[in-house]
Amino acid sequence: MIQTTQLSKKYGKAEVLNIESLEIPTGQSFGLVGNNGAGKTTYFNMLLDLIRPTTGAITNHDIVVNQSEDWKNFTGSFIDESFLIGYLTPDEYFDFIGDLRGMNKADVKVFLTQFGEFFNDEVLGKKKYLRALSKGNQKKAGIIAAMMGSPKVVILDEPFANLDPTTQIRLKKILKTLTDNKAVTVLVSSHDLSHVTEVCERIVVLDKGHLVKDIETSQETLKELERYFSV
Amino acid sequence: MISHFLSLEWKQFFRSSSFSKSVGAKILIGFFALYFTAGFLLIGIGGYWILKKQFPEQDPLVLVNSFLMYVIVADLMFRYLMQKLPVMNIKPLLVLPIQKSKIVHFILIKSSLSFFNIMGLFFYVPFSVVLITEGYSLEGVLGWLASMILIIQSINFFNFLVNKNNSVLVALLLLLIFGYLIQYFNWFDLPGFIGQGFDAVYQSPILSLLFLCMVIGLYMVNFKQLRSEVYLDALISEQTKEINSADLSFLERLGDLAPFIKNDLRLMWRNKRTKSSVWMIAMGLLYGLFFYPNPMYADMEFIYVLVGIFSTGTLLINFGQFIPAWDSGYYNMLMSQNFKYERYLKSKFTIMTISVVALFVLGIPYVYFGWKVLLVHFAAMIYNVGVNTHVILYGGTFNRKRINLDEKAAFNFQGTGAVQWIIGIPLMILPMAIFGLINWLIGFEIATVTIAVMGFVGIALHKKLMATITKKYITNKYVMIHAFNQEN
Repeated sequence: MIQTTQLSKKYGKAEVLNIESLEIPTGQSFGLVGNNGAGKTTYFNMLLDLIRPTTGAITNHDIVVNQSEDWKNFTGSFIDESFLIGYLTPDEYFDFIGDLRGMNKADVKVFLTQFGEFFNDEVLGKKKYLRALSKGNQKKAGIIAAMMGSPKVVILDEPFANLDPTTQIRLKKILKTLTDNKAVTVLVSSHDLSHVTEVCERIVVLDKGHLVKDIETSQETLKELERYFSV
Repeated sequence: MISHFLSLEWKQFFRSSSFSKSVGAKILIGFFALYFTAGFLLIGIGGYWILKKQFPEQDPLVLVNSFLMYVIVADLMFRYLMQKLPVMNIKPLLVLPIQKSKIVHFILIKSSLSFFNIMGLFFYVPFSVVLITEGYSLEGVLGWLASMILIIQSINFFNFLVNKNNSVLVALLLLLIFGYLIQYFNWFDLPGFIGQGFDAVYQSPILSLLFLCMVIGLYMVNFKQLRSEVYLDALISEQTKEINSADLSFLERLGDLAPFIKNDLRLMWRNKRTKSSVWMIAMGLLYGLFFYPNPMYADMEFIYVLVGIFSTGTLLINFGQFIPAWDSGYYNMLMSQNFKYERYLKSKFTIMTISVVALFVLGIPYVYFGWKVLLVHFAAMIYNVGVNTHVILYGGTFNRKRINLDEKAAFNFQGTGAVQWIIGIPLMILPMAIFGLINWLIGFEIATVTIAVMGFVGIALHKKLMATITKKYITNKYVMIHAFNQEN
């Protein structure tokens, strides 16, 4: 369960985020949509304690994120390419993250075999540094790294951007299986309305830092969202 | 069109964030530039008389000419290493309605005005002026000067052609060694022969037109080659080489520090910025050779401390001063990962300590200059491990500047702030001062022991000090994340 209360962030006088209250129950697949500057990435950054809130707090499984670091044990995330270490090969990167998440080399290997299809032979075993990979392949590596060490919460900012259509479909499948047994909470933000409606049970719309819509996904959700955004 | 290009260049220079930020670094670069120009200028003005005095029976111009071959080859090699065609920033221009040939002309002409080409003029121009005032023929000297300028330009363009070809560098090196050998064994006076060519230019200035033809020819070749390569896949993209990753599994025995230490070693080997710092270690290790062979310093024992701290601590200083900015590119990720900050800092501490001890061992041959030297180096090693590692880690909490690892290190002051300068005081000046004072008041042995004891105290307090430093890093976390996110 991730609870957000009275959360706000101000830069000088400009308020970029203000969420009165938001509760994400364990095992939910949660989608965040909104136009540029709506506050999606800011929210995720605060959830990861990379930015301090001006007021309020976020509680991740009973841990206030800016007071204790224990949430790191069960939270995996990928925000952007700055989460990758450019001078490592993907294999070395996975070993490094695995090490930090309590997996040994053999564990990492077993874990990665599930994603052979997703990587499409373009990431693993290639003698290339991460910085030399294409944007899409970098993203693949980052997304999979976020799922290492069986986290209870997975946070992905714009996971579908830069991916090819085949990989997008495969990613949707991966995200769905991740939340199958209702143990892992997945938080995803996206500009692509059809992708989020397909993956997420619940969609929250942010606009200029405010929560304006909170929808349980159904057949009509995509239409509703399209109506909302086509102003 | 040209004015557009020029205004872009102007803005690029003045709006780069490094320009407005680090005043100290700029002053230093300015100082270097001034130093070099002043040096060349002095040699240019005084060179004539110096040569006249040293070799009274020879004509200074002829003498200079006989050395020109070395100058040219050395210049070529220096440029090969330092000067690259500035092409990366034309990418956004490619899709705009500008003729590609114009862009290429602009790049080439811009390159011919580079600092590398101006530098030499500070020697050649005053030297020529002196020659004229000393009664050399006006046309002759002007022809000679023109040839020099044209040769510099030829080197400039030639360099871009060879830049793509490693074997040319080897050939140049061999040529230089070969020329030296020829000179040394007096088989055939190749530099002299080339020198005679330049003498001939002075005799009949019309020959300088040959060099003009050479410049034009090289320019044309460059133009042709560049023009055919102004595409994203050829010139502008950097080729990705196949890499081979070394097996670092022997580091596993370092336990939970291993992943970080492995990463740091890879960081050092795989990035342009750090790779050149690795060469600095060799330089630092040999630092003592500047002082010890010189009898002037034989009685100045406090110099031993400086050399000791520096030669055992080059990696500590070069690497340590930019902790944690080395990791600035992915600091966000580290901060959302599951590990204790202390573990991260401890891994940096371990790397620095290992390097200090290793460099001390490599520096043992300094015992040749007396057992006192080695003794002081040993004390300095203890001081480095006990005091300087902690000081430099503490100094890291003040780092607020992002480092781009892909940029070269020479004259790169990115990431440098006031801290990097101030931290030198406790690092080197303090032990030197303490040693010097006690050595003067009491004696050599006590002074050496004091330095070592200070180091041992630091080692004893290691746990406590690390806890304090870690706390400081954690309180500064958000400021650092914010600062490291600022692109340059």
